[in-house]
Amino acid sequence: MIESFGWPEFMFLVRATGWTLVLTVVAFLFGSIVGGAFAIMRLAQSRILRNVASVYILVIQSVPVLMVLFLSYYGLSLAGFDIPPLIAASLSLGIYVSAYLAEIWRGSIEAVPFQQWEASSSLAMTRGQQYRYVILPQALRISVPPTVGFLVQLVKNTSIVSVVGFVDLARAGQLINNATFQPFQVFGSVAVIYFLICFPLSRLSKHLEKVLHVGRTH
Amino acid sequence: MSAVHIENVHKSFGKLEVLKGVSLTVEAGQVVAIIGRSGSGKSTLLRCINGLETIQSGRIEVVGHTVTYTDEKLRALRKDVGIVFQSYNLFPHLTVGQNIMLAPRITKGVPKEEARAQAEKVLAQVGLSEKFDVYPDNLSGGQQQRVAIARSLAMQPKVMLFDEVTSALDPELTGEVLLVMEELARGGMTMLLVTHEMNFARSVADFTVFMHQGKVWEMGPSEELFSHPKTPELAAFVKSTLK
Repeated sequence: MIESFGWPEFMFLVRATGWTLVLTVVAFLFGSIVGGAFAIMRLAQSRILRNVASVYILVIQSVPVLMVLFLSYYGLSLAGFDIPPLIAASLSLGIYVSAYLAEIWRGSIEAVPFQQWEASSSLAMTRGQQYRYVILPQALRISVPPTVGFLVQLVKNTSIVSVVGFVDLARAGQLINNATFQPFQVFGSVAVIYFLICFPLSRLSKHLEKVLHVGRTH
Repeated sequence: MSAVHIENVHKSFGKLEVLKGVSLTVEAGQVVAIIGRSGSGKSTLLRCINGLETIQSGRIEVVGHTVTYTDEKLRALRKDVGIVFQSYNLFPHLTVGQNIMLAPRITKGVPKEEARAQAEKVLAQVGLSEKFDVYPDNLSGGQQQRVAIARSLAMQPKVMLFDEVTSALDPELTGEVLLVMEELARGGMTMLLVTHEMNFARSVADFTVFMHQGKVWEMGPSEELFSHPKTPELAAFVKSTLK
């Protein structure tokens, strides 16, 4: 018997949206921490640190996130680790996010004029103090638009996790469509939900740009 | 002991040698102007004194520190040597007061109240007391440069370096900055300044150094140096700046 797209089906989509959001937040947080560390390493005085970070970023950016996902889900379970889909999914997406955020943030840090480094080191600050008090606060403002832009991409890209059996918003839509065969209603709803998540994020970015004075030179 | 002692310093950028054996001694309390055409190495020499540029050979001693390129030695040196740049380089995300208090608080551990009192004092010294809570963006170039001077002074340096500090300013704004520097000089601060303001060098600096082709070409008491240049190069330079 074919069901129709009604309230219970819609609530199924809403619950799946919850998982999409959880996945996005976890992957973004994990990716931020790792990516932040790699951004700093890319700019470190030690050549070894710089090279390690470059290689990491290059490899992750050159490999489809799908392969990372397969590796962490199938590969690790073959190696004897029993990994639940949520962990495998957040881990792989987190790794993917870290490589891109590392580059976005490295660019933001480099966009701070080098005279700010000179002025702060001439005031006897350590490199850590320069980052903390002078460079990062300015880099943060520069990084807001590209970071939020990337976050919006991430919300949509989380749909890739359905391949390891994780039921996110996109996967939930497919499942319901298989049961109801009402693609316009189902995928229309899915699209609207994605829009309702991403549109406010884009607006937030615009707002932050204004509040933080992004783009002013001094 | 002299405040700044520079001995046979050589400095190259790649294959280009910009300092070809420079020696110079500045006593405590002296004001020394360094003049010369662009490319003569005068800014590079100044930047070597606080270790912003590394030298290939020779020796620089500043108020008891031998310029050495380890982070720790450089920080110790820079607590005693202030520098003011052509482009001010204030921290745009901090207010004037925060700009001035930041370094003393985090690098010297000066308590908050003391740092604030000190900041108010140096800000008054440059005549900008009412700008404490203003962001650099909202100041004129001349005011920003005076704040930059105040920010350096708050570290209580023993030597101050000025790298073409009025070159980026509109002519009508240079006067207020030069006035602040003149008062500093009168207060006994040891100062080295790279400048294109010949009148200022002549009237305020005890000594003037003329650099040419990476060398100290000629030096002497300012008045004498300007009125009786001994080398044809300096004579030509002085003449060209009078136009």
